[in-house]
Amino acid sequence: MTVSLLIFLPVIAAVLVLFFKNSSAKHAALFFSLAELVLAGVFLSKFIPNATTQFMIVAPWIPKFGIYFSAGIDGISMIMVLLSTLLVPLIILTTYRHQYKNANAFYALILFMQAGMLVVFTALDGFLFYVGWEAALIPIYFICSLWGGQNRIKVTIKFFLYTFSGSLIMLVAIIYLYLQSPERTYDLAHFYNLHLTISQQCWVFWAFFLAFAIKMPLFPFHTWQPDTYTEAPSAGTMMLSGIMLKMGVYGVIRWLIPLVPQAYDRNQLWSVAMILSITGIIYASIIAFKQKDGKRLVAYSSIAHVGLIAAGIFAWSYFGLQGAMIQMLSHGINVVGMFFIWEIISSRLNTRQISELGGIAKVAPKFAIAFLIITLGTVALPLTNGFIGEFLLLAGIFSINLWMAVFAGLTMIFGAVYMLRMYKSVMQGETNALTAVFADISGSEKLVLGIICALIILIGIYPQPILHISDAAVKQLVEQTTMKFNEAKP
Amino acid sequence: MIVLIIISTLPILLLYLGLYKAQNSLLPVTLIGLLVALGFAVAAYTKADIATPIYSGMMLFNNFSVVFSVVTIISTILIVLLSRGYFEKISSHVAEYYAIILFALAGIIIMVSFYNLVMLFIGIEIMSVSLYILAGIKKTDFASNEAALKYFLMGAFSTGFLLFGIALVYGSSGSFSLEAIRNWVISQPHHVDPMFYAGILLIIVGLCFKVGAAPFHFWTPDVYDGSPTLITAFMSTVAKTAAFAAFLRLFSECFQPVSDFWVPVLLVITIITLFIGNLTALYQQSFKRMLAFSSISHAGYLLFAIVALGASSANSVFVYATAYSIASIISFGGLILVSQQSGNDNFDSFNGLGKKNPFLALVITVAMLSLAGIPLTAGFIGKFFMFSGALLQFHLVMVILAVVNAIISIFYYFRVIIAMYFRDTERDELVVPVYYKLVLGLGAIATILIGVDPGLITNLI
Repeated sequence: MTVSLLIFLPVIAAVLVLFFKNSSAKHAALFFSLAELVLAGVFLSKFIPNATTQFMIVAPWIPKFGIYFSAGIDGISMIMVLLSTLLVPLIILTTYRHQYKNANAFYALILFMQAGMLVVFTALDGFLFYVGWEAALIPIYFICSLWGGQNRIKVTIKFFLYTFSGSLIMLVAIIYLYLQSPERTYDLAHFYNLHLTISQQCWVFWAFFLAFAIKMPLFPFHTWQPDTYTEAPSAGTMMLSGIMLKMGVYGVIRWLIPLVPQAYDRNQLWSVAMILSITGIIYASIIAFKQKDGKRLVAYSSIAHVGLIAAGIFAWSYFGLQGAMIQMLSHGINVVGMFFIWEIISSRLNTRQISELGGIAKVAPKFAIAFLIITLGTVALPLTNGFIGEFLLLAGIFSINLWMAVFAGLTMIFGAVYMLRMYKSVMQGETNALTAVFADISGSEKLVLGIICALIILIGIYPQPILHISDAAVKQLVEQTTMKFNEAKP
Repeated sequence: MIVLIIISTLPILLLYLGLYKAQNSLLPVTLIGLLVALGFAVAAYTKADIATPIYSGMMLFNNFSVVFSVVTIISTILIVLLSRGYFEKISSHVAEYYAIILFALAGIIIMVSFYNLVMLFIGIEIMSVSLYILAGIKKTDFASNEAALKYFLMGAFSTGFLLFGIALVYGSSGSFSLEAIRNWVISQPHHVDPMFYAGILLIIVGLCFKVGAAPFHFWTPDVYDGSPTLITAFMSTVAKTAAFAAFLRLFSECFQPVSDFWVPVLLVITIITLFIGNLTALYQQSFKRMLAFSSISHAGYLLFAIVALGASSANSVFVYATAYSIASIISFGGLILVSQQSGNDNFDSFNGLGKKNPFLALVITVAMLSLAGIPLTAGFIGKFFMFSGALLQFHLVMVILAVVNAIISIFYYFRVIIAMYFRDTERDELVVPVYYKLVLGLGAIATILIGVDPGLITNLI
C-alpha cells in the first residue's frame, strides 16, 4: 500500500464527478471525499509513529532528468494528510444547502485541488512538489473566479499572479538545487545533504521563502488574502484558509529550513523571518479590530494566527514545531467553522455587516452554542483545541527570545478581544427586524457544526494522540537540522 | 530522404488535380501524402543515431532531423485539417494553396536536415518565398496585401544579411560544409579570422529575423495580423519551429567553439525579445495580435536553448516547439471559429464562450495554460527545460528575467480565459465542425498528456 492510492483517488474522483448531473454531483463528491477519509484512516491505522517515512512510492517519471514520482508519509505529513482528508468532506457538506451552477465542475475542481495538496504534503521530489503546488492553485483560481462575488475577476487574478510569481521563483531555486547535486536528482534527501556555500544558501532561502510567505500569507505579502477570502465562494475560502495556506507552512518545515541550515542560523535569517511573522500578528490583529464585515474579520484573524504558527516554526525548536503541527490542524478546523458560521449568517440575512446584526442567540440557541465553541477555540481558551497549539508555539518562541514571545503572545489577547466582541455584537443584545426571523441550524448545518465543535473539544481535552503522530518525526528533523547549524563552514 | 521527395512531388500532383478540377480530392490526397511522408520519417528514426551525411555531404537526416520533421509534418497535418472549407471562401484556386503550403514544408524539411550552408540558404528561401505568397492569398484584402509586401521586402532584406554572412564564413573557412567549418574553427583556437566573426553576426541577424526575435521582429505583428489566420498559424508554428531547428543545428555544429563571442550578443537579443514581446502583448485588444506578440516572446524562450548551448539543447527546443505549436494551433483554430461568428479578432469576441461552447472554451483554456507555462501542460515542461538548460550554464539573471516575463504573460493569456468564462454577453452557440473538434480535441489531449508524462517525447533526441 503506497501513498499513490491516496493521491490518485481524488484525481479519479474528480474525473468521475464530472459525469454526474448537477443535482447529484454533491452526493458523489461527498461520497468520494469520505472514501478518501476512510482511506486516510486506514493509512493512519497502519502508520507506525516513528521517524521513518512510510508508504513510500518511487516510480520513474522523467528519469533522464532525475525526476521521480517519489512520495511518502512521515509523522509531519500524516498530520497534513489528516487535515486535508478531514476538511474536504466537511467543506463539501457545508455546501449542501447551496445549489451551485455547474455543480459537477465545482466539486470536480475541489477534489482535484485536494489531490494537488496531497501531492504537496507527501512529495519527496522537488519537481513533484512544484507540480503539486501549482496543481492546487489552478482549481482554486477557477473556483474563486467562477463562483465568487462581485469583484472576483480583479481579485482572483491578483491572487493568481501573487502566488504564481512566488512559485516560479521557487521553481528556479529547485532547479538550482538540482544542478548543485552531484547525482543530478530532485530527491529531497539529496537536497538535504548538499554542501552549499552560505551565500548560495541565502538566496535559495529567499527564493523559497517568497513562495511560502505569499502562500501563508506573511506580512507584507498578505495583500491578496483578505480580498480573495471575501470574494471567493465560502467553500473556496474554506479550502484556501483551512488547507491551502498550510502548504506554505508545511513548505517551511520540510523544504525551507532543513535545506539551508547554516545560513539560517548564522546569517540571522531566522530573525528576519520571525520579525516579519510577529509584525504580521500585531498588524493583522489591529486591522481585525476595525473590520465591519464579519468574513473580512475572520480573514484578518487568520493572518494573525498563521503569523503565530510561522513564528513558532521559524524559532525551530521541538516545542514550536509540535505546536505548529497541532495548531495547523486546529486552525484548519476552527477557520472552516468560522467561515461556515458567516456563510450561514450571510445566506440567511444577506449581510455580513456586524453592526446590522445582534441578538441572534435568542432566536437560534443551537447556532449560538456552536458559534460560541468555535469562537472559544479560535481565541485558544484552555480545553479547546487552539490552546495547546498556541501554548507550545509560544513556548518555542520563548526559547529563542523573550521579547518576541511577548509580542507574539499579544495575539492571544488581541484575538480574544476582537473575536469575543464580534460574538457579542452578532449574537447578544436585542434582536432587530433583520435578526428576529433568523432560523436555527438544521440538517447538514447541524451535522457540520456538530462535528467541528466535537473536534474542538476533543482535541482540546486530549491532544496527545495527535502530538504523538508527529512527535518522532519532528524530533528527528529538529535534531538533524540543529546539528548542521554548528557544522564547519563548507 | 524519401520524405523530402514525397513532400516535393506531392504539391505537383495537387496542382494537376487542381487543373482537372478535382477539388474534393485535394484534402484527402494532401493528408494521405503527408501521412505517408510521416511514416517514412518515423521509419528513419534509429535508436543509436548513426545517420551519415547524404547527397555528397549536403544533408544529414539524423534523429534530430527526424523529430523536427515529424513535429512540423504533424503540425501541417493539423493545420490542413482545419483548412477544410477555409480556402474555398477566399478564392477558387484552392489547389495552389495546398501546393504552396507543401512547398514551404519541403523547404522546412531541408532546413531541419541541412549539412551545408548552401542547403540552409535554399531551404530558407523555399520556405520564405512560399510564405510571401501565402501571406497575400486574400488578393482583395488590404491587410493581406500589406502583409505580403511587408514580409517580402523585409524578408528579402534579411536574406541578404544571411547570404552575406554565409559568404564571409565561406571566405574565412573555405567551405560551406558544416563539418569542414567546425574543423577549421577548432584548428585555430587562438585567433579566428575577424571576417568569420562578422559572418556569424550577419547570420545571427538573418536568422533572428526569420524566427521573429527583437529587434528584428517589426514585421511579425503586421504580417501575422494581416495574413489569413490559418496561414498565420502555419507561419508561427511550423515555420518558426523549423527556423529554430536550423538555428540550433548551425550554431551547435559549427559555432560552438567560438561561443564566447556570440553568446553575449544572443543574450541581449533574448532579453530584449522577451520584454518587447510580453510588454507589447499586454496592450493588444486583438486576440490575433496578442498571439503575434506572444509568439515573439516565445521566440525569446526558445533562444534560451541556443544561448545555453549544451547536450540537451536540441531536446529543449524540440519539447518547447512541440508544446508551443500545439497550443498555437488550438488558439488559432479557436480564433477562426470565433471571428467567423463575430467578424473581428478582439478579446471581446470570446465573451461568454464558456457558457455556449464549453468544449471550445475548455480547449482554448488548455492552450492558454500551456502557453503560459502552467504545470501539467506541455508548455510547462518546455519552460522547465529551458530554465534548467540556462541555469546549467549559469545564466541565473537571465532566468530571473524570464520568470518576470512568464508572470507578465499571465495577464494576457488569462484575459482570454476571463473573457470566455467570467464575462457574459448574449451570443449564439457556435457550430464547431467535426474537423475542428478532432484537431482541437487531439491538441488539448496531447498538451495534457505531454504535461503529465513528458517522458513520452523527452527521450527522442
